[in-house]
Amino acid sequence: MEQSKRNTFIIIGLGVLLIITIIISFQLGRYPIPTKEVLGIALSKLFPFEPFWTDRVEMVLINIRLPRIVLACLVGCCLSAAGAAYQGVFQNPMAAPDILGASAGAAFGAALAIYNYGSNLMLTISAFFFSLLTVSLVYLISRRVKGNRILGLILSGIIVGSLFSAATSFIKLVADPNEQLPAITYWLMGSLAGAKIGDIKFVIIPMFVGLVPLILLRWRMNVLTMGDDEAKTMGVNTNQIRFIVIICSTLVTAASVSVSGMIGWVGLVIPHLSRKLVGNNYNHLMPASILFGAIFLLLVDNVSRNLLTTEIPLGILTAFIGAPFFIYLITREDETS
Amino acid sequence: MSIQVSGLSFSYGENQVLDHVNFTAQDNQLLSILGPNGVGKTTLFRCILGLLNGYQGQILLDGTDIEGLGIEERAKLIAYIPQSHYPAFNYSVFDMVLMGTSVQVSAFSLPGKKQKWLVETALNRLGINHLKNRGFTRISGGEKQLVLLARALVQEAKILIMDEPTSNLDFGNQVRVLTEIKSLAKEGYTIVQSTHNPDQTFLFSDRVLAMKEGKVLASGTPGEIFTADLIHSLYGVDVEMESLYHDQARVCIPKGVVEEEREKEHLYQFCS
Repeated sequence: MEQSKRNTFIIIGLGVLLIITIIISFQLGRYPIPTKEVLGIALSKLFPFEPFWTDRVEMVLINIRLPRIVLACLVGCCLSAAGAAYQGVFQNPMAAPDILGASAGAAFGAALAIYNYGSNLMLTISAFFFSLLTVSLVYLISRRVKGNRILGLILSGIIVGSLFSAATSFIKLVADPNEQLPAITYWLMGSLAGAKIGDIKFVIIPMFVGLVPLILLRWRMNVLTMGDDEAKTMGVNTNQIRFIVIICSTLVTAASVSVSGMIGWVGLVIPHLSRKLVGNNYNHLMPASILFGAIFLLLVDNVSRNLLTTEIPLGILTAFIGAPFFIYLITREDETS
Repeated sequence: MSIQVSGLSFSYGENQVLDHVNFTAQDNQLLSILGPNGVGKTTLFRCILGLLNGYQGQILLDGTDIEGLGIEERAKLIAYIPQSHYPAFNYSVFDMVLMGTSVQVSAFSLPGKKQKWLVETALNRLGINHLKNRGFTRISGGEKQLVLLARALVQEAKILIMDEPTSNLDFGNQVRVLTEIKSLAKEGYTIVQSTHNPDQTFLFSDRVLAMKEGKVLASGTPGEIFTADLIHSLYGVDVEMESLYHDQARVCIPKGVVEEEREKEHLYQFCS
């Protein structure tokens, strides 16, 4: 099919674009590093040869830029994969990764860790744990809601989410205003500034465990967008698939937010942009969203660390870029026919 | 494959929606369920499709009770054609039909060559292959209904359940869709549809089930049960029933309207 071939090319194109973006991202920063040295250092890890660069350059590249770039890619692809998946299983184009309270829970966990003078690792673990806890709570409550399952999930998400937001506000109220409050506020705005290799080691497993089923289940997600009744008559166990998708999306969202803080808009805007590019069929939509999410967050993070002398928090940038862009998207004539 | 419903009752709390419904539909039969809105047709379908649990009575396919059958097993036996609708996301007609093959594809994989071939065959069979790259939300109501029909065909179930397949269609599309449904029944499918139009029901159906307030009012071949009295007790409207083409068709004409016209005609003739 023509359409399908075109989409395959677009996905390959996005892959190439991602690699180019990564190489460029390595060069950008307070110490600009030429392409030759970036490629040289990368290749020297595979084939040992005489370095033509200083140790200092290699140190900056491996210890500072590499973790940050890898994390930007991972967080970007996880958030947009979770957003795309949620839009399908909730049959709702407005669904985003935090719809079931994953972000609100992570925020509470992070604030709690900062309030208790936790280390960086403690913060990540606490955010991850509370994110999972919040979504489990939402799921359990939704099972007791009478009537429509999807509505029950979304309503429980809103309720539990706002409960945890209130708890976060309370911690901000009682936190030390000189040290802790700024730290909490800064975390809530989202940033990859402190990215370390250790962070990658912590999140890579939940991300992998979550992403693989989301990719594999992509055909079933198509059927779920038809609504539960129709999907069931086509032989798809909607509650089971939705449950797996919720678990996986929660895993990847919790892992992302626990290292990056609150980054909104990526999970909503990127899947929509991908829909415009390759259509609504998850066969192509899922891989396109994943690649696009990685490219987008990497670009935004480059702006975040290079535009001004101080870092601009990611959450602010994604909103500044995401909101106007989304207005453009929803007001534009839909040309997909 | 035959479907036999016997003694089927269902209530939402106190409200009894179905009261001992009995009917049988055989291979090669198009069974139409006729009745006013809210009579329990949709509830009946939801019981058959396994979307509602807790009914009393039996639903038998070729003599086997299907209560407690899993979602997948059921989908291999019974396919459902909803009223044409707006899905949350726009899919191409081809992808839309391809979704019907999901029960043949394991949860972690994608439809393959065989499934795509089934889709091509179904689209050709219904004469809508030229639509395959169009968006589902961009085609006409009649075309949508045929696409949903194709989606049920690729599911390879032998029993098709249709909820008012022609209710939102213009006259031409109603006839086109019903003609396709009729010819599918001739090819061996067992089709159960709910409908509102008595004339078309008579013309196209092999069997008719007339339902009122959750009960079966009459059932049999259209010729046996179609009378002005039946229409009156179903819809509360007085009709005159005219037989045409040696009773191959019957038409219902609401009484008041025509008589008034006739009186006017008499009056005109008298005056002039």
